[in-house]
Amino acid sequence: MQAVDLPDLCLHIALLSLMAIGGVGSILPDLQRYMVEANHWLSASQFADAYALGQASPGPNMMFVTLMGWQLAGWAGAITATLAIVVPPILLTLGVTRFTANNADTRLGRAIRGGLGPIAIGLTLASGWILAYSADHDWRGALATLVTVVLMLRTRFNPVWLIFAGALAGMAGIL
Amino acid sequence: MATDPSPAGDTTGAMRPDITPLALFIAFSQLALSGFGGVMPWAHRTLVERKGWLTQSEFVETLALGQLLPGPNIGNMAVIIGYRFAGYSGAVAAVTGLVGGPFVIMIAVGMLFSSYGKMPLVQNALSGMSAVAAGLMLATGLKMTGSLKRQWRPWLFAALALGGVGVLRWPLLSVIGALAPFAIAAAWRKET
Repeated sequence: MQAVDLPDLCLHIALLSLMAIGGVGSILPDLQRYMVEANHWLSASQFADAYALGQASPGPNMMFVTLMGWQLAGWAGAITATLAIVVPPILLTLGVTRFTANNADTRLGRAIRGGLGPIAIGLTLASGWILAYSADHDWRGALATLVTVVLMLRTRFNPVWLIFAGALAGMAGIL
Repeated sequence: MATDPSPAGDTTGAMRPDITPLALFIAFSQLALSGFGGVMPWAHRTLVERKGWLTQSEFVETLALGQLLPGPNIGNMAVIIGYRFAGYSGAVAAVTGLVGGPFVIMIAVGMLFSSYGKMPLVQNALSGMSAVAAGLMLATGLKMTGSLKRQWRPWLFAALALGGVGVLRWPLLSVIGALAPFAIAAAWRKET
């Protein structure tokens, strides 16, 4: 593990926050590339753990970034990461809300929505792919991921129970 | 947002004096702290069903706008809703409520994790949770493919984004920069 460059962390997350189309899931792959592969601040499994803890805690999905900031650099890291993921999109949203919301149904607006939609979907799938890659160490983990996908698509279980079941299965040594 | 006027753009007539910044702060704190594994279902429950601040279709339109804009969807919705009801201070109050409580919880989780994270039982629980979290993300992506049209082009762009960022691990900025202009241009041309 290497020392964390807070200004660079802030800038990188802030830039990513403005590219998070369709939600924070789409920036997960790049965040992993940045923190794990480029800078070696976290290991792949630490990254996956922090994400899972963030998902299992109450609050918006984006809060896993706070936890990663905390793990990287304590309070300063947590505050930096949280502000960096929250503030830039908010300023942009305020600007857009004020000036252009009435024009959302123009041809350009529809083209942007229609064009970016498929990319957002691909990025969400890429996030799942990378999480599975870091989390599933053997066939049992991969099977648990697969079962989760099937349950989510075929049933209406609350995702919290599935995460809880995953924790129990892990503690029981099944996974 | 097929209909107009968009509720988000309607900032003059929509001011409700009873929805103060404090009320917004409390409502968004509540929905954020209820939401395990994502707050959107709780946002709907709180804003539409319990408080009646938004109608069903206003909620959906705000969600669509929140998704279109970059950033956390619920964060964008908090800004739009807060601003609509109480101006700038409303927007700040809603976002602070949304983030404040969960921030404290995440720090507490981080502290517990640094004390107990090395325990085998915790590690095992986490590896189980991570495998499930990966499945949740994949399932969300697969569900969203239901909105793709039955044409080859949207599927191609989705596949290129998945391949570039997920499989080949290229930087997100390069992939979006390369794909977005073509995707938007293609969607633009198809309308004629």
